[in-house]
Amino acid sequence: MKRIYVEEKWCLGCHLCEYNCAFAQSGLSDMVKALKDVPIHPNIQIEEGRGVCYAVSCRHCEEPLCVKSCISGALSSADGVIRVDRDKCVGCYTCVLVCPYGCILPTQEGPVQKCELCLETSAGSPACVRGCPNRAIVYEER
Amino acid sequence: MRYVIIGNSAAAIGGVEGIRRVDAASPIALISAEPHHTYSRPLISYLLWGKTDEERMLYRPRDYYEKMGVTPLLGCTATKIDPAKQIVRLADGRDVPYDKLLVATGSRPFVPPMAGLDQVEKKFSFLTLDDAHALAAALTPLSRVLIVGAGLIGTKCAEGIRHLCRSLTIVDMAPRILPAVLDEEAAALVQRRMEAHGIAFRLSDSVARFEKNLAHLQSGAEIPFDVLVLAVGVRPRTELVEAAGGKVERGIVTDACQRTSLPNVYAAGDCTRSHDISTGADKILAILPNAYLQGETAGRSMAGEDVPFDKAIPMNAGGFFGLHVVSAGDLNGESDIVRQGGSYKRLVRRDGRLVGFLLVGDVSRAGIYTALIREQTPLSSIDYELIREKPQLAAFSRAERAHMLGGVQA
Repeated sequence: MKRIYVEEKWCLGCHLCEYNCAFAQSGLSDMVKALKDVPIHPNIQIEEGRGVCYAVSCRHCEEPLCVKSCISGALSSADGVIRVDRDKCVGCYTCVLVCPYGCILPTQEGPVQKCELCLETSAGSPACVRGCPNRAIVYEER
Repeated sequence: MRYVIIGNSAAAIGGVEGIRRVDAASPIALISAEPHHTYSRPLISYLLWGKTDEERMLYRPRDYYEKMGVTPLLGCTATKIDPAKQIVRLADGRDVPYDKLLVATGSRPFVPPMAGLDQVEKKFSFLTLDDAHALAAALTPLSRVLIVGAGLIGTKCAEGIRHLCRSLTIVDMAPRILPAVLDEEAAALVQRRMEAHGIAFRLSDSVARFEKNLAHLQSGAEIPFDVLVLAVGVRPRTELVEAAGGKVERGIVTDACQRTSLPNVYAAGDCTRSHDISTGADKILAILPNAYLQGETAGRSMAGEDVPFDKAIPMNAGGFFGLHVVSAGDLNGESDIVRQGGSYKRLVRRDGRLVGFLLVGDVSRAGIYTALIREQTPLSSIDYELIREKPQLAAFSRAERAHMLGGVQA
């Protein structure tokens, strides 16, 4: 199964993955309109500090605790992709409580958001990977 | 192989999915006293609040039973298990034979004896979809509601129906709300938020007796009401297994693969006793993630794949009028408390490990803390200073992160 992997030794901490993620989610065709002066809520996030930086996004676990713990049936796993049905999610954040990577994100409006590998976005394949200038984020079989 | 499951909520569905991981073809019969397609029990408060509807609160899609090869026997009550003949007797007299049986009967409301309760005309429990409908039908914009019990059921019920009634009071013997989940400070934050939405509390008090629509409290106070909700607690439904001679100690006793003491009979979810690894104690853990994981474990084992579930801990997540609260594990130990911008965090350590935590307000990435409890990670192997500040993978070693994020084998 193809997955997103990150290599912290190559990460520049440039945050482009976050912008590309937010742009892909926006559904807009103009990156400036999508991102300029707009608070962004990317599904991938750079952690940095103490001399290291790297991107963190959903690992699409084979034994997904988030899906198994979801109280509403909003989270599901099929073909190696874990998706959230935001229409079913009531924002209880049980998934936030169980994800060992901290990759399911609470939102202002309530329902959680998470990486779905851009399968439903205009990008069609992970935008964070395509936009990474240093191949610090890859999408491949391992 | 014929599989039979009694129950239709998280543990039962976990059972179906556990069986189907191993055995794609053998028939599964699912017996449920409730006539409904599988739905999410904890969402009934959100239903009354208008945050979901009956279609969206289905726990699995409408075509689920068909796709999973399950024959649902909905609206059928199981009355007896005969472990010698390997049959389940239904209330209508039918017998359902099994080779492997999963008991996922959940819990029932616990109603302590209260003087005068039989005089109260409009009284409700709040556990099932039918309970929710019955309660909603009894409420009018003029209703004064009294809820007995400030646990999760009572407080979530209050949030769900506050807009449907004129006034709402919650009474609980405990000195704080959500006593099993929160500490004093966190409980006070949640209570303040609920009070701001017009919910009144009578804590450290209880109902001495009812006199029709008047509750006389132990303190001497009197509370007139029109509608009563009883949310004192729940008790495991163990009677089928107990009557069949199975071992029950408050909950149905199982091994880590969810086998009961009866041959070919498994049990999972709120009806069972769990082993809480955060305290080492055996107790009832009536929480949905635990129910699903136990059900899945049972299903796999019934189909011949034994993968013990030995990581149960108490966990709760929920919001109260937009104020989010998450907690996990045990709060007895050495505490680190952080208060920041209206948020409250308490991390609890014991013997060099994180054993519990509590977050109010900012709950983001809480699962990184939960994993430390579940995996019983020695805190000496991570950077505790960093993780105390906020949950982050930076607290782990480079090698551990390469395993987590880079697919490198540990």
